[in-house]
Amino acid sequence: MNQWKNFVKGFIKENPVFVLLLGMCPTLGVTSSAINGLGMGLATTFVLVMSNMSVSLIKSFIPDKVRIPSFIVLIASFVTVVELVMKAYLTDLYAQLGLFIPLIVVNCIVLGRAEAFASKNNVVSSVLDGLGMGLGFAFALTILGSIRELLGSGAIFGFSLVNSGMLVFVLAPGGFIALGYLIAVMKKINKA
Amino acid sequence: MEYIIIIVSAIFVHNIVLSQFLGICPFLGVSNKVSTAAGMGGAVMFVMTLATMVTWLAQHYILIPLGIEFLQTITFILVIASLVQMVEIMLKKVSPPLYQALGIFLPLITTNCAVLGVAILTVQRDFNLMEGTVFAISNAIGFALALVIFSSLREHLELMNVPKGMKGVPIALVTAGILALAFMGFAGMV
Repeated sequence: MNQWKNFVKGFIKENPVFVLLLGMCPTLGVTSSAINGLGMGLATTFVLVMSNMSVSLIKSFIPDKVRIPSFIVLIASFVTVVELVMKAYLTDLYAQLGLFIPLIVVNCIVLGRAEAFASKNNVVSSVLDGLGMGLGFAFALTILGSIRELLGSGAIFGFSLVNSGMLVFVLAPGGFIALGYLIAVMKKINKA
Repeated sequence: MEYIIIIVSAIFVHNIVLSQFLGICPFLGVSNKVSTAAGMGGAVMFVMTLATMVTWLAQHYILIPLGIEFLQTITFILVIASLVQMVEIMLKKVSPPLYQALGIFLPLITTNCAVLGVAILTVQRDFNLMEGTVFAISNAIGFALALVIFSSLREHLELMNVPKGMKGVPIALVTAGILALAFMGFAGMV
């Protein structure tokens, strides 16, 4: 498929969260506010692009039997880089995202794209695939984060619009419910 | 007394799935039937407990003494991946029917955020080995509990009149939200 379609598919048609239903844990875990969702999405995008690129570069050198463990080591290394950089330069965001940053390693999207795409395609396509999927993920997280922040505390990206909100949306149950309705809406949009 | 608090907190108050948001992928993926849910719960219990014990040992006897804590993520995930591989091989030999029943789910436990999450949490909360093991078992029980409850709810949902747009994952998520709401009733117990 041409490169533009390759890049864009991650946004709507094959959005990892809404269509492929991957990466649910961080989706629910960090979207209590829009900025957290965006931050997590961008961190994951970085890991996705780097891991897709590396996997595609060395795919001919890795024996088939140790394929998955090697991918995991690669991904874990990039996640460690992201962790340390965020700890140093984005300390507030690091504290907010907490446990979910090292958990990018087990984000099914990253391993999934490495296995399903990067191990079978050239570097340019893999990078674009990673970028598209990552940005689509960030897009999904930001939308869910904005909805939850707006309904839950009446603010968006920290700017207060209404004075109060329904607390449940910033907490666990609200996350499930908001995501459920959001997926239903996205399914309808995709059909159209 | 400490242990009772750890156990109750991990199973009910801060349930790993419904409150901490870890282990959602298998929660949504394997919860179609009660039998598969129970099987998955058992497998996760075994892997989670073992993984927490081994990663605790790795953290305290290798990473900290050598001052290489930054390698925590890589070390932990490698330990978990190898453990799952070993469990797979063992199950194939010891109980082929169970191995068949779990099918693809077994390798998927490697990417289960709950396993890595609990391992990291144990180290973060400075538990000793005994407390960490109890913490892991309790979290696994909480996971299995949430999974089994949810799967029986989903079995009921199959027989209900769900609006077309909400069929499948959307209504499952809303149901999970209400279940999470119910579990919030345990807050304040500990």
